[in-house]
Amino acid sequence: MSSARPIPPHFRKPLLETPFHERARELQQHDHFVAWAGYSTVDVFTTVEQEYFAVRNATTLYDLTPMVKYRVTGPEAERYLNRLVTRDVRKLKVGRVSYVVWCNDSGHIIDDGTVFRLGPQDFRICTAERQLDWFSDSAIGFDVAIDEVTSDIAALSVQGPTSCFVLKRFGLDGVERLRPFELGEFTVGGRPLLASRTGFTGDLGYELWMRPEHALSVWDELMTAGSTRGIRPIGSQALNMARIEAGFLLPNVDFVSAEHTVRVGRDRTPLELGLGWLVDFEKPHFNGRRALLAQHAQGVRRLLVGLDVAGNKPAHNALLYAEEAGEREVGSVTSAMWSPTCKRNIALAIIDAPHYRVGATVWADIYLNRELVWERRMAAARVVERPFFAPERRRATPPADR
Amino acid sequence: MSTVAGWDAIIVGAGHNGLVCAATLARAGRRVLVLEAGDAVGGCAVTREFAPGFRVSAGAQLLHQMPAELVEELRLATHGLEFAATALPTTALAAGGEPLAIGDPGALARRSAADARAWPLYDARLKRFARLLYGLLAAPAPRLGTGAWSDTFALGRLGLRLRLLGRRDMREFLRIVGMNAYDLVSDEFESDALRGALSLDAVLGTNFGPRAPGTVLTLLYRLAAESAAGPRALAQPKGGMGALTAALARAATAAGAVIRTMAPVTRISVSEDRAAGVVLGSGEEIAARSVISNADAKTTFLTLLGAEYLDTGFVRRVDHFRSRGVTAKLHLALDRLPAFGVGAPAALGGRLLIAPSADYVERAWNHSKYGEWSASPAFEITVPTVNDPALAPAGRHVLSATVQYAPYAPQRGWEAERQPFLAALLGVLEAHAPGLQSSLLATQLLTPADLEREFRVHGGHWHHGDLAFDQFYMVRPVPGAAQHATPVAGLYLCGASCHPGGGVMGIAGRNAARRVLAEVSR
Amino acid sequence: MSAASHRRHDVIVVGAGHNGLVAACYMARAGLDVLVLERNDYIGGAAVSRKLYQDFTYSNCSYVCSLLRPEIMRTLELPRFGLQIIPYEGGCTMMRDGGHLALYDNHDALRREIARHSPRDAEAYHRFSRDIIRQCKFIKPLLMREPPDPTSFKPRDLTELLYLGQRLNNVGEERMYDTIRFWTMSAADFLDEYFESEIVKAHFSGSSIIGTALGPRSPGSAYVLLHHYMGDIDETVGAWGFARGGMGAVTAALTASLQASGGAVRTAAPVEQVLIRNGRARGVVLASGEEIEAGTVVSNMDVKRTFLKAVAPEHLPEDFLTAVRRFKIRGSSGKLNIALDGLPSFPALPAGAPCVRGDMHITDTIEMMERAYDDWKEGRWSAAPYVDMLIPSQIDPTMAPDGKHYMSVFVQYCPYQLADGPWTDAKRQAFGATVIDAIARHSPDFKSLIRHAEIRTPWDIENEVGLTEGNIFQGELTMDQLLFNRPVPGYAQYRTPVKGLYLSGSSTHPGGGVMGAPGANAARRVLADLGRGGTR
Repeated sequence: MSSARPIPPHFRKPLLETPFHERARELQQHDHFVAWAGYSTVDVFTTVEQEYFAVRNATTLYDLTPMVKYRVTGPEAERYLNRLVTRDVRKLKVGRVSYVVWCNDSGHIIDDGTVFRLGPQDFRICTAERQLDWFSDSAIGFDVAIDEVTSDIAALSVQGPTSCFVLKRFGLDGVERLRPFELGEFTVGGRPLLASRTGFTGDLGYELWMRPEHALSVWDELMTAGSTRGIRPIGSQALNMARIEAGFLLPNVDFVSAEHTVRVGRDRTPLELGLGWLVDFEKPHFNGRRALLAQHAQGVRRLLVGLDVAGNKPAHNALLYAEEAGEREVGSVTSAMWSPTCKRNIALAIIDAPHYRVGATVWADIYLNRELVWERRMAAARVVERPFFAPERRRATPPADR
Repeated sequence: MSTVAGWDAIIVGAGHNGLVCAATLARAGRRVLVLEAGDAVGGCAVTREFAPGFRVSAGAQLLHQMPAELVEELRLATHGLEFAATALPTTALAAGGEPLAIGDPGALARRSAADARAWPLYDARLKRFARLLYGLLAAPAPRLGTGAWSDTFALGRLGLRLRLLGRRDMREFLRIVGMNAYDLVSDEFESDALRGALSLDAVLGTNFGPRAPGTVLTLLYRLAAESAAGPRALAQPKGGMGALTAALARAATAAGAVIRTMAPVTRISVSEDRAAGVVLGSGEEIAARSVISNADAKTTFLTLLGAEYLDTGFVRRVDHFRSRGVTAKLHLALDRLPAFGVGAPAALGGRLLIAPSADYVERAWNHSKYGEWSASPAFEITVPTVNDPALAPAGRHVLSATVQYAPYAPQRGWEAERQPFLAALLGVLEAHAPGLQSSLLATQLLTPADLEREFRVHGGHWHHGDLAFDQFYMVRPVPGAAQHATPVAGLYLCGASCHPGGGVMGIAGRNAARRVLAEVSR
Repeated sequence: MSAASHRRHDVIVVGAGHNGLVAACYMARAGLDVLVLERNDYIGGAAVSRKLYQDFTYSNCSYVCSLLRPEIMRTLELPRFGLQIIPYEGGCTMMRDGGHLALYDNHDALRREIARHSPRDAEAYHRFSRDIIRQCKFIKPLLMREPPDPTSFKPRDLTELLYLGQRLNNVGEERMYDTIRFWTMSAADFLDEYFESEIVKAHFSGSSIIGTALGPRSPGSAYVLLHHYMGDIDETVGAWGFARGGMGAVTAALTASLQASGGAVRTAAPVEQVLIRNGRARGVVLASGEEIEAGTVVSNMDVKRTFLKAVAPEHLPEDFLTAVRRFKIRGSSGKLNIALDGLPSFPALPAGAPCVRGDMHITDTIEMMERAYDDWKEGRWSAAPYVDMLIPSQIDPTMAPDGKHYMSVFVQYCPYQLADGPWTDAKRQAFGATVIDAIARHSPDFKSLIRHAEIRTPWDIENEVGLTEGNIFQGELTMDQLLFNRPVPGYAQYRTPVKGLYLSGSSTHPGGGVMGAPGANAARRVLADLGRGGTR
């Protein structure tokens, strides 16, 4: 069983390259790559601003291949997943996608991801982090097979107001009929493609799933198809701005997986992260249910909320206080930015009860580096509803062409 | 008072703990149904015919751990429990040499004057420690960190008991309790026979050799239960161990419990996240307010209940509960008494050990680590027909032996290994009782795999799972199910998987019943 | 008997091992007049750099550094006195079938490497590291504290017990159970809870047997595994490194630090007896007969050597003596120090892989290691030993002439007493040959590169270094000999039945490894007893 496969020179080149890597190397202008889930990926191609505005105004390509992908098959695949995640997978129809989280015994989140139902007994889960250890142990007692297929599938996120138009021109006939969280199978130039109307931008957008050998030709044809609609590749920084506006959570930024926490009290439950809508207490037993029921009954002691921060200085990593004097610490900011589209200074923050209720005001302790001198600002921050930005076009079916 | 018809409790499995639990609940007025898969009650405490006319205690062979107070409480004597012999002696056999009567000062002095001097001190000290440990065995394990008054009280009482030992004893207890038996007996004694016999007592029924740290705990465990069993201690029920469970069954029935045999439970049903009853192999469904499983933890959670009602972390822990037995059982039908050369007939009717040294026992374990059986195994032998001739045809005899070590899954499989292992066992016996092989009428060897099948115990482990610090007390069988209650409301464990573990003790059954009585109103 | 020495010292420390020197440094810094006496003609005990062959430097006892407490290095200013610790690069385990598992510092490379053997194990590794770090975080603060006496009603002991209880309580119910299990499990069972691949389990179980007379299947060996993870280099938990210049650099820096504080070390001054008058230690008598007086004597020798050799039995309660005799201090490790003409090749390892600059092991399975332990139980050295080898000269240029290499080979198991009679030179050579053959099976040019090999059995280590039975930890790290049980229940707080006589060696809490914590804790106890500053 050991040493069966050939040894790649991973000690010299630890990071893998995605099937789109060649294009990324050609197009990104900083000669800088960042690690993501074991792959070499781009954080900025040209400038963050250009890329961000393309998400909100045109069409963007984002290489999603490093998303960890598992295929879950077998007669008990549905029961297995239903016990694994907090949503009711029985309600997920073939050809649909669902955003889910999964928890450990104490109801703390291990990770979030999307479940694709490809067939009655055939699912795919996409996650930010590797989950084989947890997924395999969760399979004890279930007739189910779990295979990691990350490197078997190249994935490209096509997001932005003109993305439907670009995809149609590329050859995805009928893609405009896909509703949010719906899957469609297409063949373009002999290449089978799976498209899902999903994304991490909160805008109109699709994700394409294809064979690795088709990756470069699909990329090139999309770039051509979108040339009149301002298509451009984006890196993770622009995507991060879009997802904060959309109010989406990023593992290891807004929460730490309960499988990774070393210190006591750093785990978060879906209820604490404001993801209570993903927890279905009516369905059969799932991991963490009993603990979450108890927390649901007691109410959460802290909650992840949106903040509208006074001024225009992003509240990166700010500690939050109950009063301007900064005496009682009540939480901290997990993500923050100036939103170019909303023209608001927004943040995601975890805040103790009772300060987390919508409308409450807390004070953010912001540190500013001004020509190498650090200055401190106490900025009022109001708890607001998420998402910060939710255009109608993200849901419209069929979407407009521009 | 509920008006819903049906059972208050269903007990899955009529082993001794299940029966004690049933009797205790029934005596408290609960409507109890015991469902047993086999054709007779008893679990591992049964008497079975293994050859025409020859009967033997097929699992446990002696009664030495059931607290006297429990025997009293359930009035087992009234329900027909009689003893063929009590206070049985233990003798360490020596092939071709002089056997050593354990605990006999004169005999020990002939071996070693130093050992004879050390023995009374050692014996008294270990018995003091055993009494302390019994306090811990008898009560349910507390939980840590709950802040609950009862848990704090239980932990406090434990600390107080320790303190009450006095400084000297307390220090010695805290030192040796985590030690290995090999070092303990080697420090105390110089006689190989004594070291060997004590080492074997420390590891009987465990998947460890005497050099394994933690085996002093298992030695004390045995002594602790014996201390509570009272002066009768090592006792042989008349009619075999089946007579004990028959009496327990009568006690339960007399109190109103109903026992059904040939009624295998295949599933524990769950409704609204609560155990709701059971489904039998026949498809019959029976509802109850509580389901109490006398089956082992793995069988209960992974087979009867199903992982889908449990969380992954819990299932992971249950899956890692170490439950592979390494103890085999050997039954021989003999046409005459075996010539073990122990002199007095009382000795022949007692416990006979083949464990000539601590190293011998340790070497015997070595093999089982690698999926092999011991070429020179250790034995705990009884000849029950000495005290209870009715177990065999007139003039004939039964030899019953617990043998270590036999792996659960030998590398070549038991199909291939059974005969060679049996031959090795008979060879060792022949060396200690010349002529034994020529008196052989029938043999039965129950490997751990056989015991698993015969007694429906996962891994064929008589404790359901290794007794070791990491599977003991508040982490037995796993955190989250260590106080009889389980993550699924209304489902309880009452068998040897629970604290305090296996051995025909009955404490787990009684404590489970008490827990149910406290938690589930009628 | 010769005349008494010229002056009376405040403290005499017996043995210039690292713990003795650490204790001496702390006491000297508190203003005491401290003299360290060393029987060998060189300083360092088991932390030495020896030139036994040409210009090669051997760390011929302890060979890697990680456990040395950073707070000790900082307080005693060891970097200023020349100590530099350089991390080494991962490691590997080589299997008999030519396969290998390497450990790389880069976590993506590591994941891919483990995934070659089991994709699942590659991911379970995170859970494994997390749990190890959780346990380390729990235990580490206990290292630099005196264990409480659970039988005592003194406020200090009760407070300390409460502290322990609260620490445990603070981690929450579930982790408390994890801790209880972790402290009592076997390494094999512990690793089974994470990994499926035999080689992965074998690799990580290595540290559960190093220096101990336990097998990977012995309960308690998981704790030994943890003990080896308790070190860190600059916050990198479990990282290991070399002391630049060999392990002697540690004790050299300590000596310099001591001298800067006014303390002194005298070598070639073997202590024969602790001088005791009216039930109080008054100094020592050297083998030469010379008497040196001191108000306090701190023995850095192990507990057996101290009380069975250097203290007359009439000064000790019988119970205490019995407990000392029963203290388990077992030789189970051998050591080869080899001077090499060049870097040996290991064809199984990919060319250029950095793992040759880390610790390399030879084993296939936990079973192989357990069988190696079975040999030890029978009084034989392991036929297929567990080998932990390093070539520090690849990283530390001071260890060997340019282009040449020094290899340190730690061997588990090797008994102190052989079943077939005492150690002889022929047996020592045969033991060495067993180890060299085992390495040569993985390195075809290894034998031809050997220019000199020092072969050390536990018997040799006892005779040269003074560690009873050659046990590297001055006593087994089993539950009956940890915390308040170490070395003797009731005497776990560095004091002994003889007033003014203290222990500072690894026989005391928290045990062995080049950690320094016992020495630091002992010094604090002495200073507190002398009214020179408190102790925690």
